[in-house]
Amino acid sequence: MSNSPLLEAQALVKNFGGLTAVANVSVHFDQNELIGLIGPNGAGKTTLFNLLTGETPVSSGTISFYTDHGVQPLNGKQPAQIAKIGISRTFQNIRLFKELSVLDNVRIAMTNHYHEGFLTSILRLPKYYQTEAAMTKAAQELLAIFDLTAVADLPAKSLPYGIQRRLEIVRALATKPKLLFLDEPAAGMNPEETADLTRLIRKIQREFHITIVLIEHDMSLVMNVVERLYVLEHGALLATGTPQEIQKNPAVIKAYLGGE
Amino acid sequence: MKANLKSNLAWLGVMVLGFVVIDACEFAGLINTFIENMLVTIGINVILAVGLNLIIGFAGQFSLGHAGFMAIGAYATGIMTQTMATPAGFYLSMVVGMVIAVIAAVIVGIPTLRLRGDYLAIATMGAAEIIRILINNLKITNGAAGLFNIPALASWVTVYVLMCLTTIVTVNFIHSRGGRAVMAVREDEIAAGAMGINTTRWKLAAFIFGAATAAIGGSLHAAYIQTIAPGDFNIMASIAILIIVVLGGVGSVTGTFVAALVLGALDTILQNFGTVRMIIYSLALILIMIFKPAGLLGSWEFSFKRLFNRKVKGVAEHE
Ligand SMILES: Nc1ncnc2c1ncn2[C@@H]1O[C@H](COP(=O)(O)OP(=O)(O)O)[C@@H](O)[C@H]1O
Ligand SMILES: [Mg+2]
Repeated sequence: MSNSPLLEAQALVKNFGGLTAVANVSVHFDQNELIGLIGPNGAGKTTLFNLLTGETPVSSGTISFYTDHGVQPLNGKQPAQIAKIGISRTFQNIRLFKELSVLDNVRIAMTNHYHEGFLTSILRLPKYYQTEAAMTKAAQELLAIFDLTAVADLPAKSLPYGIQRRLEIVRALATKPKLLFLDEPAAGMNPEETADLTRLIRKIQREFHITIVLIEHDMSLVMNVVERLYVLEHGALLATGTPQEIQKNPAVIKAYLGGE
Repeated sequence: MKANLKSNLAWLGVMVLGFVVIDACEFAGLINTFIENMLVTIGINVILAVGLNLIIGFAGQFSLGHAGFMAIGAYATGIMTQTMATPAGFYLSMVVGMVIAVIAAVIVGIPTLRLRGDYLAIATMGAAEIIRILINNLKITNGAAGLFNIPALASWVTVYVLMCLTTIVTVNFIHSRGGRAVMAVREDEIAAGAMGINTTRWKLAAFIFGAATAAIGGSLHAAYIQTIAPGDFNIMASIAILIIVVLGGVGSVTGTFVAALVLGALDTILQNFGTVRMIIYSLALILIMIFKPAGLLGSWEFSFKRLFNRKVKGVAEHE
C-alpha cells in the first residue's frame, strides 16, 4: 500500500447563507486507499463531495490534486475540468442519463478519451467507425466486468434500483478516475444487495488501482471495507482514524454510535 | 461494418428513389407550380426543423428564434446574388449566411448557455427580433419592402439535395461521440459535467449547428421564392418551425420529416377552404397534441439497421 498523496484539502469552508455546511475541514486521500466518510444526516458529507468535485464553489480553503505532472490546485475549476484531471463520482440521488441506453451511459463517460473530430463524425470517415468501435468495445468490456452485458441496450431508467446504482459506479469508472467518490451507494438496498456492493467495491479497488472515498451511514458496511475513516458532524471533522480507532473514540461513540 | 454499409446503401436508395419519383412526376406533368411550391416548402421546412430539433430535442435547449437565423441566410443570398447572379455566387452567399448565423449564435449562445435553465429561449427570441428590426431599417436590405426579383438560383433539385445533405450530416452528428455528449447534457447537466463533459461547449455546438442549417434554409427560400421581406421571419415563423418539431416528436428526426410532410400537405389542401383553413389547421394540431402529446412519433426513429437485424433474427428463428 503506497502512501503517496493523491488529494489534499486544507481548511475547507462552505456557507449557504447563514448555514455553515462544511466548517474548516481538512482531509487527505492517498493513492490506492479506501476511505470512509461517515456522519449523521445533514453533517455535510455530500457538500464536501460537491466542493471536492467542483460542483459547489468553496467559500474558503484550498484543494490540491497530485498528478504525474505535479500538484494541481482544484479551486475554481469546473466539474468537467476536475473530472478530466481524474476525479469521478456517483450521486446520492441517482443521476443516470435515464432515457439513454446502458451502453450509451458508459460511452458518454468516455467522451474525453477520444478525439476523432467533428468533420470526421459528420462525414463518417473511416476514423469515425474506428472510434465508434473502440468506444463500444471498451464500454462492453466494462459492462461485462460488472455483469451488465445483458442489459446493455436497455434504457437506464428501466433498470431496478440496485442495478442503477451499479451502473452509476460503472459510468464513473469509465472516465478512468484516479479518485472515485461514492455517495451512499448502499442507500435503499437490502442486506443482500449491500453485501454484493461491498464485494463490488473491494473488486474495483483491487482491479482498478484507484482511491475510493465512500459516504455511508450504514456503519457495518463501512467498518468492514475501509482502511481509514473521517467522521463529520455539523459540518466539522469530529474524528479520523482506522475503523478500530473510530469505534473506540469517545467523541464518536457519544455523537454517533451512542445513538444506536 | 457490414451492417453499416448495408444501412447506408439503403438510405442512399431511399434518397435516389425519392428524387426519381419526383422527377418522373415533373416529367409526366403531374406537378404544377403549386405542387412544386408545396414540395419545396416542405423540403426547406425539413432543413429548418431538423436543425431546431437538434437544439431542442437532442440538446434539450429551448430556442425560440430560429427564423432569425433563417433571415440571415435569406438576406445574405438576396443581397449577394444581386451582383453575383451565378450558382457560384449563390453558394458563396449561402456560406456567408452560415458564417454570419454562426457568429450570431455564438454571441447569443455563450452568455446564455453557460447558465443552467431556459435562458436561451428568451435570448433567442430577443435576438431574432433584433435581427428582424435591423433588416427592417437597413438600406442594404431595402427595409420593410424587402427584396424582390432575387435571381432564381435554387430549383426543387437544389432544395432536395441540400435537404438530404443537412439531414445526413445532422443524423451523423447525433450518432457520434459529440451527439451522445449533447444528449447527456439534455438528460442531466450535473451528471454530464461530473463525467467530464464540457456542457457549455456541447450545448453551443448543437446551437451553432442548428443556426448554420437554418441559414441554409433561408438561402434556399430566398433563391427559390425570389421575394423576401422582414415579416417573413417574425416570431410566428419561428413558432411554425417549432410546431413541426413538437408535432413530429421532440428528439425524432423521422418525426420531423413526417410532421413537415403532413403539415405541408394539410396547408396546401386547406388553401381552398379560405379562412376556415386556419381553424381546421389549428384543430388538427390540437387533436394531435391531445391524442399524441409526445408528438406523432415521440422519440422513435426509423432505422434500417434495426430492420435488417430483425429480419436476420426472424429468418434464423424460422430455420
Ligand atoms: N445547495 C444548498 N443550499 C443550501 N443549503 C444546503 C445546500 N446543500 C446542502 N445544504 C445544507 O447543508 C447541510 C449539509 O447537507 P449535506 O451535505 O447534504 O449533508 P449529508 O450529505 O451529510 O447528509 C444541510 O443542512 C443541508 O440542508
Ligand atoms: Mg448526503
